[in-house]
Amino acid sequence: MADLIVRVQDLTKKFENTVAVDNISLEIGSGEIVGLLGPNGAGKTTLIHMLLGILLPSQGSIQIFGLDLASHREEILAHANFSSAYVMMPMSLSPWQNLNVFAKLYNIPHSGEKIEWALKKMEIWDLKDRATRGLSSGQISRLNLAKAILNDPELLLLDEPTASMDPDIADKTRRILKEIQKEHRMTILYTSHNMAEVETMAERVFFLNKGKIVAEGSPKELQNKFNQGTLEEVFLKIART
Amino acid sequence: MTSLANHQPLTTNHCLIRIWAVLLRHLYLYPKSASRIMEIFYWPVLDLLVWGFLTLYIVQHPNGISRFSGYLLGAMIFWDMLFRSQQAISISFLEEVWSRNLLNLFTSPLKPIEFLLATMTLSFVKLLTAGAVTVFLAWAFFSFNLFKMGTYLFPFVLNLVAMGWAVGIVTTAIILRYGERAEVMAWGLALLIQPFAAVFYPVSVLPWFLKPVALALPATYIFEGMREVLMAGNLNPKQIWIPTLLNGFYLFMAFLFFKMMFQSARIHGRLTKLGE
Repeated sequence: MADLIVRVQDLTKKFENTVAVDNISLEIGSGEIVGLLGPNGAGKTTLIHMLLGILLPSQGSIQIFGLDLASHREEILAHANFSSAYVMMPMSLSPWQNLNVFAKLYNIPHSGEKIEWALKKMEIWDLKDRATRGLSSGQISRLNLAKAILNDPELLLLDEPTASMDPDIADKTRRILKEIQKEHRMTILYTSHNMAEVETMAERVFFLNKGKIVAEGSPKELQNKFNQGTLEEVFLKIART
Repeated sequence: MTSLANHQPLTTNHCLIRIWAVLLRHLYLYPKSASRIMEIFYWPVLDLLVWGFLTLYIVQHPNGISRFSGYLLGAMIFWDMLFRSQQAISISFLEEVWSRNLLNLFTSPLKPIEFLLATMTLSFVKLLTAGAVTVFLAWAFFSFNLFKMGTYLFPFVLNLVAMGWAVGIVTTAIILRYGERAEVMAWGLALLIQPFAAVFYPVSVLPWFLKPVALALPATYIFEGMREVLMAGNLNPKQIWIPTLLNGFYLFMAFLFFKMMFQSARIHGRLTKLGE
């Protein structure tokens, strides 16, 4: 494996009587695109939130860029970014104003050029001065993604990034993400319920069920291992066992 | 096509059932929400205390009405400074919750203390802007000149703002702990202080058991000090240094409390629930 970007060891998260993530260990190398799959409540979002440091593990450790997340949270987050279909931005600000705030938070030099680049990449440059509340849900998702690529993150965590996009825009967005990933050798970890999307995007997949990693491999390897024709069938088999 | 011809006409009974349905939708909230139950009593009790003590003061000092009118506007302007500086902090946080932007902020390199310092700065800027307008209007319409307080005005305002900050930070921490159920705190916590902070009447009006509460509040010294300056033209220095020390202590404790609640929110996943 290339240089390690993420190293998770024996990670557990308990909420009172529920074990959301159960003793997970995984490693992600530089420049990999890794999919995190599993049914609702499998622990995918909990894991992503722990990798972002907004949720503290009950046990175990997380190292990102070779640094311990518990003690280097801000340094790590300066080189990472996040987008979720379930997180929004202030609706009364324009996309440009929203990104300008985040450009300052991430201390991005030449922020004006970078904002223009991100908005053009996500094909919403023409909406830059409109109030965010006037954007469609798909356009807001692309604005979130523009925020997520603004600091050229070495690690990008995406929680169902294309959930509210129509198939055409979702396809375009996937292509854009792949393009940026190649240009910047970005490491991407993302969750999705769209199996076709995961097959297109991810080189490696972790299947989570009831907080545990139950399978790992490339989409092809997993299809062979579970003797199924598609990743969706693998998903159904795992989810129903 | 289905016809509505055979359907029973809508009666008053249907109307009552629909009214009951909407009423029920609200009643369902109360058994599970201490804050909603508290809110029913909170505002009337606070209003009663403030106006009750004020009435008591007027009754005890019938000749003091003219003096009272001299500082009432000053008390209102000062109280608004404290109240607004608290609100600006809590509302700034709530705006991030309402716009579901909290996760975006706290997954960036932003530190919680930096977030608080930004909201404190915003509160000060808003306060200066609003303060300039109210001070001008008080002078233009009511011939009340706040600058009569001279150089004392500066430490008075700073202490009120500092206390507003401390209450605002505590309020925000409580919202972090109890979520949107505690939103009422953003509007109500500072007002809880009002009856005891000698805003419109002196501490001497309060019953003996409430005096220690009043003396533990930095704002009490400022409002007492304001009356002293407006009436006598000078001020005992302790009216400045005691609230300054108290504010330093309360601000430190408020930061500590916020830090604890932020950490607790990260442990229990409340930050992600608030932000989504």
